[in-house]
Amino acid sequence: MDKRMTADEVVSTLSDGMTIGIGGWGSRRKPMALVRAILRSGLKDLTVVSYGGPDLGLLCAAGKVRKAVYGFVSLDSIPYDPYFRRARESGAIEVREFDEGMLQTGLRAAAHRLPFLPIRAGLGSDVLTNDPSLRTVRSPYEDGEELVAMPALHLDVALVHLNRADRRGNARYLGPDPYFDDLFCLAADKRYVSCESIVDDIADGGPPQTLLLNRMMVDGVVATPHGAHFTSCVPDYGRDEKFQETYAEGEWESFADRYLSGDEAAYQKAVA
Amino acid sequence: MSRMDVCVVACAELFRGDGEILASPMGPVPSLGARLARRTFEPDLVLSDGEATLLTADGQPEGWLPYRAVFDVVAHGRRHVVMGANQIDRYGNQNISCIGPHQAPKRQLLGVRGAPGNTVNHRTSYWVPKHSPRVFVPAVDVVSGVGYDRDGGPFHDVYRVVTNLCVLDFGGPGHAMRVVSVHQGVTVDEVVEQTGFPLAIDDPPVTREPTAEELAVLRELDPAR
Repeated sequence: MDKRMTADEVVSTLSDGMTIGIGGWGSRRKPMALVRAILRSGLKDLTVVSYGGPDLGLLCAAGKVRKAVYGFVSLDSIPYDPYFRRARESGAIEVREFDEGMLQTGLRAAAHRLPFLPIRAGLGSDVLTNDPSLRTVRSPYEDGEELVAMPALHLDVALVHLNRADRRGNARYLGPDPYFDDLFCLAADKRYVSCESIVDDIADGGPPQTLLLNRMMVDGVVATPHGAHFTSCVPDYGRDEKFQETYAEGEWESFADRYLSGDEAAYQKAVA
Repeated sequence: MSRMDVCVVACAELFRGDGEILASPMGPVPSLGARLARRTFEPDLVLSDGEATLLTADGQPEGWLPYRAVFDVVAHGRRHVVMGANQIDRYGNQNISCIGPHQAPKRQLLGVRGAPGNTVNHRTSYWVPKHSPRVFVPAVDVVSGVGYDRDGGPFHDVYRVVTNLCVLDFGGPGHAMRVVSVHQGVTVDEVVEQTGFPLAIDDPPVTREPTAEELAVLRELDPAR
């Protein structure tokens, strides 16, 4: 099956209020072209689940986010994202803040169609007090240990960016870390992968164990060259640190005006 | 020899006796300390390049540790993390989430990140580059890393805090913070003044200084220093 789509076609399948999981980590291999397509859309009131970086920052800046679900939000080489900060400090968004292992466990529970999975992380911390919906569970075995019952984090949609894919949805990462992109896809009803390029023969270009996503896990494939910009997508390209600094200055009006007022082609031209 | 060298050695000392575990130092001073420890008295320490590759002391790849595998090591427990702290209290509760109430923060910080999981799973230490009452507070705003006055479970082990002024542990009454040593040129009064809660103090010695061998290794590890 040919699952090729455009970024705008992906976004046209989304609706207000959806829960969207975004792959990558911090300012690394984020599906930024898909995020930019959301910025151009009329979507609103999104719940965004992410190991957060500028994906969450941009969506907050554009007023797309009702609720953020994260373990951290960071630009890596710059500790804090200015727009996520602003959204938090102005009270513009709701949040569920988890330990980063809890976030993985919640996605895994959703992926396994379980209501929750136990984890030790969170015990004793304010993660539990700040989110009174969270419960603990006691081991039914001899030890009787109390553990956090991490609820499934079910996603309506997963958006991830990989280095290569074929038109059927098999996709390969070439960098050092797969992050949790496969888990995001398994936790979601609809799964969209953007990639640097769509290749005819996915068998070429790396060993099979770098094929992180298989076509059972993917509903749509989007070719978005340089589509993770300005986050890193090694070995295709590293993070655009200079551009990230411009972003982190936090001058939204001028940033959006200069870089986000046109389509993806205009963006790529402006940052080239 | 500078104050920073003393701090790097104090960070290296955090790992003494750790053996073949993953050392996860956050920030340049703890990182340099971990590498110094491995090059001198703790040769079996496992260290990453800060991303997904484990490197030998010679900088050669010796393993693969993407984030998903780091989370496994956290749960498995063979790890000693050295985290930062925007706030830390007398019992070692740490905050990296936000300043002010979590529902309406005055300043958003990183988020709790891995602190809740780290502190209930394996040994945790902290590095505070600027020891002040803004960091050493009577009560943290959001407990990210779990301290001794909360139930951290069977694997809770908050070891030490290294700052630009001193080294602290939790050997005071009821696991309260105690001064282990004070860096050369720093007075105990200064430490007390820069700490927003009472410390357990029992005539602490001066933090040990780097040996000639350590200084030579440091020059090699960090030529720019």
